[in-house]
Amino acid sequence: MSEAEIPDCAETIRELDLFLDGELSDHQRDAIRHHLNGCMDCLGAFDFHAELKIVVAEKCHNDEMPPGLLGKIEQCFAIDFDGDGDVG
Amino acid sequence: MADQAVFADQAMQYAPQLYSSALRMTRNRADAEDLVQETYLKGFRSFSSFTEGTNLRAWLFRIMTNTYINKYRAKQRRPDEVDLGETEDLYLCKNLGALQDSSVGRSAEESLMELLPDDEVKRALEELPDNFRLPVILADVEGFAYKEIAEMLDIPIGTVMSRLHRGRKAMQKVLHDYALTRGLVASEPAVEGGQENGR
Repeated sequence: MSEAEIPDCAETIRELDLFLDGELSDHQRDAIRHHLNGCMDCLGAFDFHAELKIVVAEKCHNDEMPPGLLGKIEQCFAIDFDGDGDVG
Repeated sequence: MADQAVFADQAMQYAPQLYSSALRMTRNRADAEDLVQETYLKGFRSFSSFTEGTNLRAWLFRIMTNTYINKYRAKQRRPDEVDLGETEDLYLCKNLGALQDSSVGRSAEESLMELLPDDEVKRALEELPDNFRLPVILADVEGFAYKEIAEMLDIPIGTVMSRLHRGRKAMQKVLHDYALTRGLVASEPAVEGGQENGR
């Protein structure tokens, strides 16, 4: 899309991933926002995917670590692997 | 040169997120625990090659991703042969979004967060083939930039983008199927391509 041109719906939806992933330039973001301000359909799609991204991040990131794991990791930090008298 | 005592001091804070992502990668607790331990062991031993002032979290995830690929991926069938099928771009949005619009007195955010149970979202992600699952984990769960993901997976940025796009669509298909079986969406979804066999 060229300078000062507002993208149409197809162009806007094509940029959905890049927009939500924060991978667009400021200029590109502004052009997309400009379209979203006047288009409820695209705005709805962007909102939905923005929320889905939050849902995925939150629900896939909440696992409790096995109780002994931190201890096992820390044990590694005290091992002299190469036998030179120092740890590591 | 980065000091190993510094590693022990600064790297442990990332263990919970490494473990969650390890679980999404390996899909079982024993392998995830091994993978995280191995990641810390490798990080500890090679910490002298870490450039101080750069992103320690990204460095650890890169080690873990490489360890996973080398150790676990060999067991599976060649990922490039896996066909995710084609789904319309706004598939879940069109079908589930319509439901949200009609749910009176709830905000859309509440209903999406409530509609999709943790286990179903995890399952939708874990069902993706490796080549698609890793970019989605690194982008959507861990929030890494395309450039960082490209470096971690040693693939071009364009490939990161296309795998993310297709992986997300496939996840949405699984979530839509869940919503369908739970009667959360109408039984006549806007499927395009006619490859669904309506379970």
